[in-house]
Amino acid sequence: MLEIKNLVVQIEDKRILNGLNLTVNNGEVAAIMGPNGSGKSTLSYVIAGKEDYEVLDGEIILDGQNLLEMEPDQRAAAGVFLAFQYPLEIPGVASMTFLKAAMNAQRKSRGQDELSTPDFIKRVNAAAAKLEIPKDMLKRALNVGFSGGEKKRMEILQMALLEPTFCILDETDSGLDIDALRIVSEGVNALRSPDRSFLVITHYQRLLNHIVPDTVHVMSAGRVVKSGGKELALELEANGYADYRESEAA
Amino acid sequence: MAGVTLMKTPAETGLVQAFETVKATLPGDVESRAQAFELFERNGLPHRRVEEFKYTDLRALMREVAPFAKVPSADEAKTALRDAKALAEINALQVPFVNGHFVRDAVDFKNLPEGVEIVPLAEALASGHDWLTRLSPVEWARQNPVYQLNSSFMADGVMIRIVGQVTTPVHLRFVTSSASAVATATRVLVLIEDGASVKLLETHESTNGVSHQPNDVVELIAGDQTNVHHVRVNAEGDQALALSTFAVKIGAEASFNSINVVAGSATSRHQVFAILNGENTKAQINGATMLKGRQHGDSTLVVEHAAPHCESRELFKTVVDNEATGVFQGKIIVPHHAQKTDGRMMSAALLLADGAAMNNKPELEIFADDVQCAHGATCGQLDEDLLFYLMARGIPKKEAESLLIQAFLGEAIEFVDNEDVREALVHTVEEWLKART
Repeated sequence: MLEIKNLVVQIEDKRILNGLNLTVNNGEVAAIMGPNGSGKSTLSYVIAGKEDYEVLDGEIILDGQNLLEMEPDQRAAAGVFLAFQYPLEIPGVASMTFLKAAMNAQRKSRGQDELSTPDFIKRVNAAAAKLEIPKDMLKRALNVGFSGGEKKRMEILQMALLEPTFCILDETDSGLDIDALRIVSEGVNALRSPDRSFLVITHYQRLLNHIVPDTVHVMSAGRVVKSGGKELALELEANGYADYRESEAA
Repeated sequence: MAGVTLMKTPAETGLVQAFETVKATLPGDVESRAQAFELFERNGLPHRRVEEFKYTDLRALMREVAPFAKVPSADEAKTALRDAKALAEINALQVPFVNGHFVRDAVDFKNLPEGVEIVPLAEALASGHDWLTRLSPVEWARQNPVYQLNSSFMADGVMIRIVGQVTTPVHLRFVTSSASAVATATRVLVLIEDGASVKLLETHESTNGVSHQPNDVVELIAGDQTNVHHVRVNAEGDQALALSTFAVKIGAEASFNSINVVAGSATSRHQVFAILNGENTKAQINGATMLKGRQHGDSTLVVEHAAPHCESRELFKTVVDNEATGVFQGKIIVPHHAQKTDGRMMSAALLLADGAAMNNKPELEIFADDVQCAHGATCGQLDEDLLFYLMARGIPKKEAESLLIQAFLGEAIEFVDNEDVREALVHTVEEWLKART
């Protein structure tokens, strides 16, 4: 279970999150929607542990562990996974080298043995096949020269291999065509389980047709201003964020 | 400063005395050595007011001169070679030098690979071998004080001739081994006949904790349509003051690929003087340098496009940690007649600590009007966003940094075509990263 209490965050003296509260239960898929600039991506970075943000107040507790006291790699080992909105290209680091380093690092921190090379390759190939990732893509440097869709599939591949307990999808639907959206969504749905929860950040209802959420939260001006079931997303799609922008001004 | 004569430093005085003492004992014509030494003595050890040595002030760095090494005994040579590890596992024809002297016993002259001829230099100098006329082929080198010192003091080395396609790599192993500091001056000349191809490995090692002063020169004359792959590794001991020169003259329609990997020495200066002397030749000259502690590593490069229609690529990567200092000085020269020259030089440095420094000086000297030449130089830190991405996948910071540093240096190393050698170089990088604090 993830619990965020009264989270206040700024970057370069600009307040982005203003006392945000959010709870995501085990096995729950929570969608976060909201207008541009409402702090959705900041929230995802702060959970994952990006340095640029200054946390002024509040706490983030995952399964009883205080994430704010941990380095990003420790948070990953504790179960956090952030699927980036813009996955980074890393020239010179082969995708397979990267995957192996990540999987073994997490295994090591959990006290497990490193994977043997055949076992590692078997796991990668099985997971890649499900996401329709061709083998030659894995031979290239990480994300270098990948299309938008390939990069997002690569993110979900990592999610599948690292088996996190709390997954954040930061606008995973951006830049995806219809087929890629289906493949990525199926990949995510396949990972849904009673002990894995998801925070799905998106602007559009479209993604939520594929990844059906249990709860929907509306963010505005750095806070969750309304929470509800999946019907809330449909309501937003019909009426837009106008109502919530007013609350921002007030 | 015109008209002012600088006082000789203790090191300069030591060099004059050393030359007087050893010149009569060194093989070959004393007169040509004396000429070289006179050229050196005219200006003495180069210092920071000499443009080419602005960032590597040898007058300040070389406090005193170590005594020149004697010929090692057979046992000493054997032990030294046994302890030398750089690229030692690579299947190759090993041509070893211990303390500046060719270890003749280590080479099976009766069973040399086809197309390889080796002549010991000391003997050749003493007897006046035909090939000696081809020594010192590059003017840029002859004007250089470090090279002049080697020409004055060179005690031994080899001359190698390559004919046809030689597939077994030729491994020049320079090992300096003794408990007290010694100076060495080794010279190797490689003659690659028209149409021949060769893979040349060069490793330089010395005892840790001892301030050895090797000054090694490798010269290479490659004919037309030759194919040369050259890999050099500086694995010198942590106190060594290592000076070295690679002087190259390449004919027409040739392919030349070279990398210098620096992982050792307290102070190193490696100079490459390359002349592309025939049309349609392609040269790739790379460097991968790793510096830590208070190391000083200088890569100096002059590439002269002496013929039209040649292409050269220079890619130098330098990683500087702690309080170390890196230097890159690279110059591409294109004379009037060298039209259609295509030259691109890039030097990139990664600074890993606040105290680390890099001096980057790329230069183009172009007199022809129809050429494409470019140079670039960057100095930067590891990309925070990339580090975050790797850490967000559970990779601890140090390991994430190592992955990015390996990737950075890998761009220069990936040109090495021999897979075993490439892997050995990657391993060298990994070992360096492991030792990082």
